[in-house]
Amino acid sequence: MKRIYLDHAATTPVDPTVVETMLPFFTENFGNPSSVYTEGRTVKKSLEVARLQIAKAINADPREIYFTGSGSEADNWAIKGIAMKNQAKGKHIITTTIEHHAVLHTCEYLEKQGFEVTYLPVDEFGLISLDDLKNAIRKDTILVTIMFANNEIGTIEPIKEIGEIVKEKGIIFHTDAVQALGNVPVDVKDLNVDLLSISGHKIYGPKGIGALFIRKGVPIDNLIHGGAQERKKRAGTENTAEIMAFGKAAELASENLEKNAAHMKELRDLLIKGVMENIPQVRLNGHPEKRLPGNANFCFDYIEGESILLSLDIIGIAGSSGSACTSGSLDPSHVLLAIGLPAGVAHGSLRLTIGNHTTVEDINYVVENLIQIIDRLRKMSPINAECPIDDAVFEKASHHH
Amino acid sequence: MEYTDVVMENFTCPKHVGEIEGANGIGQVGSPACGDIMKIFLKINDDGVIEDASFKTFGCGAAVASSSMATDMIIGKTIEEAGKFKNSDVVDALGGLPAEKIHCSVLAAEAIQAAIEDYQKKKA
Repeated sequence: MKRIYLDHAATTPVDPTVVETMLPFFTENFGNPSSVYTEGRTVKKSLEVARLQIAKAINADPREIYFTGSGSEADNWAIKGIAMKNQAKGKHIITTTIEHHAVLHTCEYLEKQGFEVTYLPVDEFGLISLDDLKNAIRKDTILVTIMFANNEIGTIEPIKEIGEIVKEKGIIFHTDAVQALGNVPVDVKDLNVDLLSISGHKIYGPKGIGALFIRKGVPIDNLIHGGAQERKKRAGTENTAEIMAFGKAAELASENLEKNAAHMKELRDLLIKGVMENIPQVRLNGHPEKRLPGNANFCFDYIEGESILLSLDIIGIAGSSGSACTSGSLDPSHVLLAIGLPAGVAHGSLRLTIGNHTTVEDINYVVENLIQIIDRLRKMSPINAECPIDDAVFEKASHHH
Repeated sequence: MEYTDVVMENFTCPKHVGEIEGANGIGQVGSPACGDIMKIFLKINDDGVIEDASFKTFGCGAAVASSSMATDMIIGKTIEEAGKFKNSDVVDALGGLPAEKIHCSVLAAEAIQAAIEDYQKKKA
């Protein structure tokens, strides 16, 4: 059966050109870049090509790019590194309620270490308020970390405006741009960001490689201690093959940004239109315009997300959900709760994220089949318009314990 | 997460979906906040035998499969026999459930007990 992959926010297939770029670094160019002999020096030189490709993709200086093992490591480094280095100035951090767990859990960890964290709320579309941000800034605020674009609902935050406010106050600004790169223009000079996290596997590169942009002069502690790699800022022998791949992927992503974004946006709008016009009792989560070009996120009343995913998987479609049943926890997505959805509705969410290779035929197939799947599951559900979710609340909650 | 073939069969082609006309025992458990609600309908005759059973479920694949299997297993049983029905009976019949989905089978057993209690309350 043909598979239709609509979970590009989770990961992307590695581009064949990217694979070609990385393969020689496993075999003939296997040297350790720290070695002084030819094998080492050759690879070291190659790494600088990749660093330049990444730098160009976000309009940074190559000396401001530091490779990490993932986007999560970049987030951890940015937040812990700034907190540790600057704690004499203050111990207050500002973030939002809809961050990726790599940011949220890091902030929660720092709270246990004596830092104070303000979690800015978001509106029904997932946007923060600039006034809330201004009001949250204190004399002891050392870091503002706000994601570029949300991984679940696709909402794009006003990063440039946030950057201006934060810069004026002399505070350090970090953004998790893992979902943004390759989808929207990312320009660190224009956006006034001091630190920015990115990841390889979201842009048709391999898993296990990320990078942190650190603006020149920003005071930050190391996260990984050891060798002198990455200009003494990130220890560990360089993941040479994947760094080369990440560089190539970033180059391709920025060269084809306009074309890819236009393609994804066209299909996204077709998908949203098809679902909203053909399925009753559905809502689009996230902002109608300020959203990632490939992201569609819906909530279907009266049904549960995992059963939608299973039904889609059987007919060859891969998607994701903010349902608790897909996360291994009892709580539905913190992002859907943050935009004000009741837990019962949040369980019925479906995220479909389009990629560069998705076609119109794929979208038509998905819409046609989704209509039937939602109808079948709703007929099975004990809740409906006559027996709404609020009345269906229960008697015994013991089944989880 | 890995589901067994029996779970997938009971999810894709569930038995006994819907409401039974003339059901005399109805039980509903679960909460939308937890992500699953199960409603069981029983038709019990004067001899106390469950002649028919059906379900309506809001929940994941395991919840639907547990409802389907549980209703299928109690048809033909007396209410005394069904009263001893345990969640582990559903889990075994399904060939196992992932650890985080065991609560779905608990829900099915509880919904059956709630439906029997409802029948007994109405009768009394």
